[in-house]
Amino acid sequence: MLDTARIRPDFPILGRQENGQRLVYLDNAATSQKPRKVIDAIVHYYTFHNANVHRGAYALAVEATDAYEAARTAVARFVNAWAREGVVFTRGTTESINLVAASWGRTNVGRGDTVVVTAMDHHSNIVPWQILCQEKGATLRMVEITADGRIDLADFGRALEAKPKLVAFPCVSNSLGTVNPAAQLIKLARAAGAVTVVDGAQSSPHLRVDVQVLDCDFYALSGHKMLAPMGSGALIAKPALLEAMPPYHGGGEMIERVWDDRSSWNKIPHKFEGGTPNVEAAVGLGAAIAYLEQLGMERVAAHEQELARIAVDRLSQIEGVTVYGPPDHRAGVVPFTYGDIHPHDLATILDKDGVCIRAGHHCTQPLMRRLGVAATARASFYIYNDLDDIDALVTAVRKAGELFGVPA
Amino acid sequence: MSSAPPDLSELYQQVILDHNRNPRNFKRVESANRKAEGNNPLCGDRIQLYVQLDGDTISDVGFQMPQGSGCAISKASASLMTEAVKGKRMGDAEAMFEAFRTMLAGGANAPGKLAAFSGVRAFPSRIKCANLAWHALHAALEGSAEPVTTESAKDF
Repeated sequence: MLDTARIRPDFPILGRQENGQRLVYLDNAATSQKPRKVIDAIVHYYTFHNANVHRGAYALAVEATDAYEAARTAVARFVNAWAREGVVFTRGTTESINLVAASWGRTNVGRGDTVVVTAMDHHSNIVPWQILCQEKGATLRMVEITADGRIDLADFGRALEAKPKLVAFPCVSNSLGTVNPAAQLIKLARAAGAVTVVDGAQSSPHLRVDVQVLDCDFYALSGHKMLAPMGSGALIAKPALLEAMPPYHGGGEMIERVWDDRSSWNKIPHKFEGGTPNVEAAVGLGAAIAYLEQLGMERVAAHEQELARIAVDRLSQIEGVTVYGPPDHRAGVVPFTYGDIHPHDLATILDKDGVCIRAGHHCTQPLMRRLGVAATARASFYIYNDLDDIDALVTAVRKAGELFGVPA
Repeated sequence: MSSAPPDLSELYQQVILDHNRNPRNFKRVESANRKAEGNNPLCGDRIQLYVQLDGDTISDVGFQMPQGSGCAISKASASLMTEAVKGKRMGDAEAMFEAFRTMLAGGANAPGKLAAFSGVRAFPSRIKCANLAWHALHAALEGSAEPVTTESAKDF
């Protein structure tokens, strides 16, 4: 496991006391905390290098542009992108997917076509496709999940029989923690002639990702779940696809020339980055990637999986607790319910002991319907979590049982 | 950040735990002539409220929550609300809602058992849970056909 005693002091917020107790932050699938190096990178950028990028013919603007483009290089290296030009900065996974739906989707999906998603997708990888399909008169096909919380491969195969134009799925489920067999799914989808979109919001922070090995067409990630600022994110795509796609947002930066009645477009990735970008976020993302690379993503993944394994084990020992998700191939996400205590009440009770967990549908309402629950409580781990955090979680959950008198 | 940390026993008072476990008027009212649905999209709380109005008197009221879709605060609040407004005139029920909201916004305690929710004040993330049933009642009394959500209501 990672040396959390050395990692924790890097995160100023973890020094905060919550109701007189140490902050036990277990909502990392929602967003991660930020290390001092990321915070400092943002402060440093504004203190020394701030100017608008790609425009100014002065040294300061060149520095800002260099900082922004260096972050693009870092993202490209982090996921082994096909090319730097295939990294489009966005506000996060949601915007990345909306970009693909609005640009590639509107151009390539028509009446009678099929788009495939899965029942474990986050709303951000469902709703953009619903909007597209409704607009185009296309069919949205949702692939079912198995009882133990995996994508149902038989149903996935059936969905591919319709020769879908596009197949979208999460690399890792935010609600269940399932690590999906992404490369296998992509191979099957590709063989059926589909373009593939991988929601990487929960994989990028936690696993070694190589988009060229995956061989997907689009990969979306959010910076804020991987130590970087909110509002940072990227769409990683095969450059040839981006070249062929129409722009997403019209405005400055994304154009080559503008006439009275028409325009020509800038080169990729700038064609998709209309308007002044969030340079601070990109710079912070670059610093976050440097921090994660120093730890090593294999070690990050092993650390979280070990914490999740222990948490599942210990929570399962409490009479009345149900843990959701697969027994193996699980990232650091542990969803559970406890007797008839509503997860919202659980979260309030745990918060009293400084334990922050998420309660609700986790932006996966179709999945919740299939699980037969309105909501779950979810503990999710990251690099700074340790066994003390699991102790605090388990102790607080037991307290909730006592308060509510859960029948043993 | 806050001074004295709020105590859980102030939020989960015995009367609230009791009404959560054994909700009153937890039924569909077949003779209802007013209905409303309430949603709290943040946590998935959902309530279906049934009101039988005779003139301007609430002669019967009941509520249902789909399995698992009500937290203790929203369920107990709905239960205590139905007890409080049953047999009351519409105007009196609306006045109770006003008193309830005022209490949650930091004002004086609402009358009777409704004061049990005074502890919710210290848990801002739970105020919408406590208000959900009341918003549904308000919609039902207004004869609104649209489901109400806590997001369209000004609770803060």
